[in-house]
Amino acid sequence: MKKMMCFLVFFLPGLAVAAGGSVHLDKAPIDLTDKASLQRGAQLFMNYCLGCHSMKYQRYQRSFQDLGISDELGEKYLQFTGEKVSDYITRAMPEEAAAGWFGAAPPDLTLVARVRGEDWIYTYLRSFYVDESRPFGVNNTVFPEVGMPHVLQPLQGTPTRTYEEHMVDGEKVKRYVGIKSDGTGALSPGEYDQAVADIVNFLEYTGEPAKLESHKIGKWVLAFIAVLFVFVYLLKKEYWREVH
Amino acid sequence: MTAFLGWIEERIPMMRVANMHALQYPAPKNMNFWYVFGFLATIVLVNQIVTGIWLTMNFVPSSEGAFASVEYIMREIDYGWIIRYMHSTGASAFFIVVYLHMFRGMIYGSYQKPRELLWVFGMFIYLALMAEAFMGYVLPWGQMSYWGAQVIVSLFGAIPVVGPDLVIWLQGDYVISGATLNRFFALHVIALPLVIVILVFLHIIALHEVGSNNPDGIAIKHKKGSLPESEKTKYEIHEYYTSKYDIADDVLPFFPHIVLKDLVAFCVFLALFTYVLFFAPEMGGKFLEHPNFEIANPLKTPEHIFPVWYFTPFYAILKAVPDKLFGVLAMFGAIAALFALPWLDRGRVKSWRYRCGLHKVNLIVFAIVFIFLGYLGGTPQENWKIIASQIATVMYFGFFVALFLYSKNEKTKPVPERIPK
Repeated sequence: MKKMMCFLVFFLPGLAVAAGGSVHLDKAPIDLTDKASLQRGAQLFMNYCLGCHSMKYQRYQRSFQDLGISDELGEKYLQFTGEKVSDYITRAMPEEAAAGWFGAAPPDLTLVARVRGEDWIYTYLRSFYVDESRPFGVNNTVFPEVGMPHVLQPLQGTPTRTYEEHMVDGEKVKRYVGIKSDGTGALSPGEYDQAVADIVNFLEYTGEPAKLESHKIGKWVLAFIAVLFVFVYLLKKEYWREVH
Repeated sequence: MTAFLGWIEERIPMMRVANMHALQYPAPKNMNFWYVFGFLATIVLVNQIVTGIWLTMNFVPSSEGAFASVEYIMREIDYGWIIRYMHSTGASAFFIVVYLHMFRGMIYGSYQKPRELLWVFGMFIYLALMAEAFMGYVLPWGQMSYWGAQVIVSLFGAIPVVGPDLVIWLQGDYVISGATLNRFFALHVIALPLVIVILVFLHIIALHEVGSNNPDGIAIKHKKGSLPESEKTKYEIHEYYTSKYDIADDVLPFFPHIVLKDLVAFCVFLALFTYVLFFAPEMGGKFLEHPNFEIANPLKTPEHIFPVWYFTPFYAILKAVPDKLFGVLAMFGAIAALFALPWLDRGRVKSWRYRCGLHKVNLIVFAIVFIFLGYLGGTPQENWKIIASQIATVMYFGFFVALFLYSKNEKTKPVPERIPK
């Protein structure tokens, strides 16, 4: 009993801390084999993100090839700054100016899916809400006090936090239920979620362009090892038959 | 052909060495699966050296170029990503097989007389391996590379008097910088691999001098003339061993028997290794930590700084002690205690099969405590973890103290003369 008390005293506060703290993240509904989604994601990235965020470890051409886009189409619809298809995906905004405008320079996004995880980005881009106290008029529930404006607002509409009122012990209690768009965006809530998923899918791809190929090769390698194992095992058994 | 080989053999003892140290080396026949990890460690060492050479061909050891060059290898070199993942997965695999190899030595008493030096060479390999892995982790120049290096190098600052100057000397700068990266690169690709290869050579020479231990801890080499002909091995064993001792029929030649057994284990290992390599190279952020995909930024401290998983047991011990200097001492003490194991254990019986029940419990608790310390050192700091890591640290050292005490007059089971059938 004493031991039990000890356990409760020492461990329970820790467990309580462990349970709080982190924000709930929605599962990103992405599929790296979905070329159409990746292409839409690339288009959204080039139009909405690349103004401020670079993708400087990835080349246009490599992305086009992997996404099934011809160089001509890619150059026409996905490149806006007159770079060659073989160039890295860099931003036009100068580094010093970027830091001055936003407080910190917007980070490179090539590997963001590997740093943050796809679920984080998916939830983050759907968690902006109006907050007049912030310089850009918006805040974010996943990344509080974020220095980034809500660039997807034309698509989502103006998002606000919504609350529900409950009666608890005869008192009215406001409970946060989520973020709701005012419907002025170009997309419906479902379409907006899909658009964000497409961007996340594209970022997941650029984080590790060899991932699909890796899975493909990996299956053959494991199959080969399984066959090798059978032969090696039988050979070992044969030699060890005489050993007692 | 025979004449040609003979011509070579007269000038350099190629076949003699091959026979002595590989083909006709006598190995106990009862060696179980615990005995494959030395072989696997050698395989991983070769993997690290070969993939390391290829990575060096495109890696740029400078603070401006390192991170981008790793991504260049990942994206633009044909199959560069396989080479990189072989190297990064290999680093973790190295520690997995080495930890299992060491625990094998502990449960079967492979460090006891006459294998004390064999164990000490092994510990030096482990030490060199830790330095090698630490410096290697700095090279990709990600956030964890930078801040991990910051934490580890600053430990030397806790040394009285010379500490602060020593840190500057190690870093080659007043902060971790490109100069640090450059010297770590030099040490990682030349100095330490050379040291490790030489130590592995010494480890194997020492092993073959004293002979392999086995799960029963029973000697296979007997005094010359003490065994009747019928009890001597029927296999062809090199005269280097048979001329000095009678070799019992408890042995098998290293080739083909032991090699084949090792190859079976190798296939299993390879399946696990390639599964991680192709399907989970980050291993949930344990083998490649998520913040390390962000380029090093001296102005932005990550929320949590952890060393890679294989250092976390010692990191937990470091953090368990409130004072920095004593924390560092405790951490190095934890490794020093392992070095001293052959002399801390005063028992005469090697294998835990014939030792007292307390010894078995002590070993298993030690293994659990080590893993638990690894968990504590590799997860975000919380209140309960401070006291937990202090208890675990005491238990870690308690293993050695208890062993020293009970091994003197330990009640052991009778050990058979020969390996049981």
